[in-house]
Amino acid sequence: MPNHPSPPGALSRRTLLTGTAAAAGLGLTGCGSLAVSLSDKTVVKQWNLLAGADGAIMTDLHTRFEDEYPDVDLQATTLGWGTPFYTRIVMGASGGNGADVATAHVSRIKSLSPATLLDPYELKEIEDAGLDPDAFPAELWDKCFVDGALYAVPLDTHALVNYYNRTVCEQIGVLNPDRTLLETQGREDYFDILREAKAVTGEYGTSLDTFGGWRQFWAWYRQADGEMSFGDGDYEMDDDKALQAIETMYLMAEEGLCPTFADGAQCAANFENGAAGFVQVGNWEITRFRAFNEAQGLDFSMTEMPDFFGNRRTQGDSHSFILPHHNQWDPEVRKATIEYVAFMLQNSFDWGAGAGHTPAYLPVTESPEYQALEPNAEYSGVVDNVQLDPDVWFAGSGARLFDESGSVFQQVYSLALNPEDALALLKERIQDLVSLPNPVD
Amino acid sequence: MTAQTETPAEAPTAETRPPSTPNAKRRNWTGLWFVLPFFAAYALFLIWPTVLGLYYSFTDKSITGRTPSWVGLDNWAEAFADERAWNALWNTAVFTLYSTPPLVILAIVFALLANRARRAGWFLRLAFFAPFVVPVSVVTTIWTWIYQPDGGLLNHYLELFGIQSPDTPTIWLQDEHRAMWAVVITTVWWTLGFNFLLYLAALQTIPQDVYEASAIDGAGWFRQLRSITLPLLSRTTGLVITLQLIASLRIFDQMYLMTGGGPNRATEVAIHYIYIAGFEGYRIGYASALSYVLFVLILLVSIVQFRLFSRKGA
Repeated sequence: MPNHPSPPGALSRRTLLTGTAAAAGLGLTGCGSLAVSLSDKTVVKQWNLLAGADGAIMTDLHTRFEDEYPDVDLQATTLGWGTPFYTRIVMGASGGNGADVATAHVSRIKSLSPATLLDPYELKEIEDAGLDPDAFPAELWDKCFVDGALYAVPLDTHALVNYYNRTVCEQIGVLNPDRTLLETQGREDYFDILREAKAVTGEYGTSLDTFGGWRQFWAWYRQADGEMSFGDGDYEMDDDKALQAIETMYLMAEEGLCPTFADGAQCAANFENGAAGFVQVGNWEITRFRAFNEAQGLDFSMTEMPDFFGNRRTQGDSHSFILPHHNQWDPEVRKATIEYVAFMLQNSFDWGAGAGHTPAYLPVTESPEYQALEPNAEYSGVVDNVQLDPDVWFAGSGARLFDESGSVFQQVYSLALNPEDALALLKERIQDLVSLPNPVD
Repeated sequence: MTAQTETPAEAPTAETRPPSTPNAKRRNWTGLWFVLPFFAAYALFLIWPTVLGLYYSFTDKSITGRTPSWVGLDNWAEAFADERAWNALWNTAVFTLYSTPPLVILAIVFALLANRARRAGWFLRLAFFAPFVVPVSVVTTIWTWIYQPDGGLLNHYLELFGIQSPDTPTIWLQDEHRAMWAVVITTVWWTLGFNFLLYLAALQTIPQDVYEASAIDGAGWFRQLRSITLPLLSRTTGLVITLQLIASLRIFDQMYLMTGGGPNRATEVAIHYIYIAGFEGYRIGYASALSYVLFVLILLVSIVQFRLFSRKGA
């Protein structure tokens, strides 16, 4: 290669490069605040996990919020439900620069390491924003406190419920005169209904999410008064009752009363297209079924989970608002964030009416307007029957117990594992989790 | 890795470089400025995290932000005794074993075919390479639909041709034995184009006169393939196999998106377990140790591979 003389003005090029690098550096640091500098609105970053049908209802509420608070620029981001959402919350909060406010399941608060990753609410700032701290169901409210500090403000209670197709139910004669579903007692009683429904639909009696088996397991296990408690390095559960719950899945799938295979979307689709007369799924799917009713007609209603083992307990949880840890709060952002939380709770009637959740804020649920709301009134009992996940760092909605046990139950539904082997595998999985060091202690 | 394979070939030119003059020295410094933006990003996002990861592997660093403490070799001892980690490594090896041969052999076959085709050549090149430019999320979504037991394209055609009965649809992604194969098939469809392209390029550099000379000597098509084409492609084969092994050993995306590591951890691969340990279990220290185990393993495989093929080439 020949040696070219150094081009003139090498120094100026160097200066240029340095300048470019500096400009690039400025750009990098600047992009976070760019949104703020472009308008004088206060930016509130909200992250949520409402990737399901209820997400649309939250978006509507956000539009209303922005109309009412024109000075606030609410930037909401919806992330994949479950693990993808929570890992991002944790990573964002560990950097101290994540969202200003985020949704979280109350069952997950402890697992989010509140002491280091969440910022507590001051009771006074909530009151200043117009919320009454005494107007929440006491038990739920208590769960939002960790070491005496309030880390979450609950928005709702949600649970597995039982949707029924009235057209199918009419044909098999299981409707009351007011067109609500007849109450049944015991598993066999309900299986009889499913057999008849299967004969009508030609496919299944009921549909359920065979990928999210933890929810059904926990509902049936708790209906039988099963307890699960965790100590240091070990745990206790009732094997007989767990086996009974797993057998319920197996028997249902074996007889073809439910699909052997249906993820969340398929499970709902089975109900919509008439392949199943019932679906046991979360109350949030109501938005989807309503939309289907408007488009193609689906005469349905919903009620509490059927009584299999002596009561109508169901698995559920609560959505709440948390404040991911901030290295430092801009007082204006903080104020706008709290105002947002207060707005969402005060207007949670729409959340209940639209998304089927039961609002946590008592002034909303105790209003005559809400009391008269259908079909919410038909399953209002879930609030008393709802069973939160066991109290341990790896439990809760979309947590590791949910995922790990779910993959076992999925194999029960697909008939790849018999109930006894599934129970053994479940116990092995739980033991694995128990042996892990507790990262949030 | 590819950059390293090229270096020996260029080494001799370095010796013929004229003795350095002050002028040349200044030029070198100028060059550095051009490299700097890349190097800064490289150091910041690759070298520094790699060093930091090694340090973290000796601590109980947690994503929750608790003050980490030095735990010595605890993480490493745990990693070597962790059955789930070995199971994940085994699954990675199985995936590599299943996926590498078809990805190499099919790439040669398709390249040979596309190279022979005259009129449809451009179409074949496009058809084989096109899947490679599709993002993984799209590929896995489409294939998850194809594999749906009820109404999926694959089972639909199996039923149409009477290979299976509609009453007992084949479960693909949720079956412990078929899930790995299902992901392998998807991966082959998706990434074959890259190897195909490398082979096609190599095929086009083989001078035509060798074939003409051998034809005069009476060599047939098969003889030409065995004695001319394949030997002259051996350097490319070495490169393709090395790249393919590395790519297969760091498999994660397809499993994460299609099977979630299931069923019953049958498709849980090494990087997926590292992800679970680090981001779901919050244990950055332990996940770092696991990463280093995989890193060393990949390094060993590439060194062995590289040695094997560079010796052959020389």
